Amino acid sequence: MTAPPRGVLAGTAAEPGVAKPDPLLVVDRVGKAFGGIQAVDVEHLEVQRGVITGLIGPNGAGKTTLFNLLTGFDRADTGTWSFDGRAVAGLAAHRLARRGMVRTFQLTKVLGRLTVLENMKLGATGQRGERLVPALLRPAWRRQEAAIERRADVLLARFKLDAMRDAYAGYLSGGQRKLLEVARALMVEPTMVMLDEPMAGVNPALRQSLLGQITDLADGGTSVLFVEHDMDVVMRISDWVVCMAQGQVIAEGPPSSILGNRAVIDAYLGSQHDEPGLGEQP
Amino acid sequence: MDILVILGDAGRAALGPQAAIYALAAIGLNIHFGYTGLLNLGQVGFMLVGAYGVAITVATFGGPLWAGVLVGLACAVVLAILLGIPTLRLRADYLAIATIAAGEVLRLTYNAGFAQPVTGGVYGLQQFAGSFYATNPISPGSYGVGRLVYSERDLWVMVVGWGAVALATLGLFLLIRSPWGRVLRSVREDEDAARSLGKNVFGYKMQSLILGGVLGALGGMLLAVDTQAVAPNTFNPVVTFYLYTLLILGGAGRVLGPALGSVIFWFLLLFIDSALLQAIGAGYIPAEVLSPSDVGALRFALVGLALVLLLAFRPAGILGNPREMRLEAGAAGTPRRRRKSTQAGSDRERGVAR
Repeated sequence: MTAPPRGVLAGTAAEPGVAKPDPLLVVDRVGKAFGGIQAVDVEHLEVQRGVITGLIGPNGAGKTTLFNLLTGFDRADTGTWSFDGRAVAGLAAHRLARRGMVRTFQLTKVLGRLTVLENMKLGATGQRGERLVPALLRPAWRRQEAAIERRADVLLARFKLDAMRDAYAGYLSGGQRKLLEVARALMVEPTMVMLDEPMAGVNPALRQSLLGQITDLADGGTSVLFVEHDMDVVMRISDWVVCMAQGQVIAEGPPSSILGNRAVIDAYLGSQHDEPGLGEQP
Repeated sequence: MDILVILGDAGRAALGPQAAIYALAAIGLNIHFGYTGLLNLGQVGFMLVGAYGVAITVATFGGPLWAGVLVGLACAVVLAILLGIPTLRLRADYLAIATIAAGEVLRLTYNAGFAQPVTGGVYGLQQFAGSFYATNPISPGSYGVGRLVYSERDLWVMVVGWGAVALATLGLFLLIRSPWGRVLRSVREDEDAARSLGKNVFGYKMQSLILGGVLGALGGMLLAVDTQAVAPNTFNPVVTFYLYTLLILGGAGRVLGPALGSVIFWFLLLFIDSALLQAIGAGYIPAEVLSPSDVGALRFALVGLALVLLLAFRPAGILGNPREMRLEAGAAGTPRRRRKSTQAGSDRERGVAR
């Protein structure tokens, strides 16, 4: 699974905020407080290009809030971040998406009264027919539309949604909705997809297929950053794992190093458990 | 009691200038509400600025009619931008509040004493559409069959009015089938999803508000021209609710919904009106129970009842797609805040669909 080029992180030290060989996303001192609670307080984080990075942490660790901040769906109080070498802090969500940073949502957002195919076609960027005046002139966008439809059909077949192509997306099952959301995000041709709990509510059969899709993505050169609670999934497909707790990055490293990491265990289980050595600290 | 008289009255209203006017304004509302999900409760405000744009330009400043039309359209665009900038970034509820307030502010301002030199205040303005009727190519007389007859004057307004409705419907048909329309419908479904796919949601909502507002203004102009008079109290908030009624009756989010809804609305309204008057006249209803002067109010109550029944048994409207409607009631159509709790409900919906 960690065959080149996805094994590039082999020599990177497993410590929070460590520099990566080829970072796609670089986050600096990003903070967000809700009332008196510091939801996110990330000192420094780099996300490597072309690999699968898992983001874990207990409930309320600030994972989804960090997603919202980075993708422009929420405004950060402090901090800067750059994507693909360009500063993107404060950019509107739709501009970030056009630059190749595309997210999905924890609670799926399929467009129920659009067909599955329409959901897919919506994802394509730079459509001439999406501008008011050319929209009236079908010849101005017909060929582009046909090309988009072909691309959508390929993706739908890959995600095994082709049978549902012309059904309203609102009639899909929960798992199919997750698949559609990921497939639709790919229509944007993202540099990086950010998946917020892609496996939540997905049945085991679909789960296998979704896992395969995610690893295929990374093999195809798309970077993946995903939030997930299912440790089994995280350990199986991640090339690198970042753990957050109370808004901060408390550990990162290859999956094998995370399982035994003291800070991670403390974050999940609390640091009160009896263990020799702990009591010596002030 | 003469059923032919009743049908004639109802038919004349269903095809008459008034129905065309309401259809035009409702097409605008369909763009707002039916396709973009913008709950605009102040469509009458757009009609007002359109009507007064024509009236003030011609009657107060002595300008030509075409200049009045341009002024009216410009006013609608400005109004849409002024309304949209502060409210389109907020939740839909705020737009509803702001638009209903804006409509009232406009009506009261045009009504005010200080505005009287320009707007005519409470008396309004009259006789400004002479040049419209001067260009009437239809020779004087009455046209039609049986009791369904129109004067050459009405016919000319109808030709222009229904022509505008046809053009607007065709334009909407082309737009909605285009990728532009797809984005608009995605904004209606879930604007965060549209945003996450790189769509400038604010821009699309603004385009929708302007486009629908301009159609509302055109409806208002036609109303002003038809009656050769404008007065602020013509533009009551209740007009917006009639527009919603006929839009939902015809089918919101359907290209032909507003036109069909308007025809049926006016048919029903005048059918009941005429039938009641005939029944009183023939002595079927004693004058102590219902006097002819009460009919005007009662007909709206009965139309309301008819609409309630229709919507109870066909909530998607006449042209609506029941499969789509079921989604609106299920998970996909509910606001984001409530969606999580209706997940179980949506499973039931799917069961029904099969």
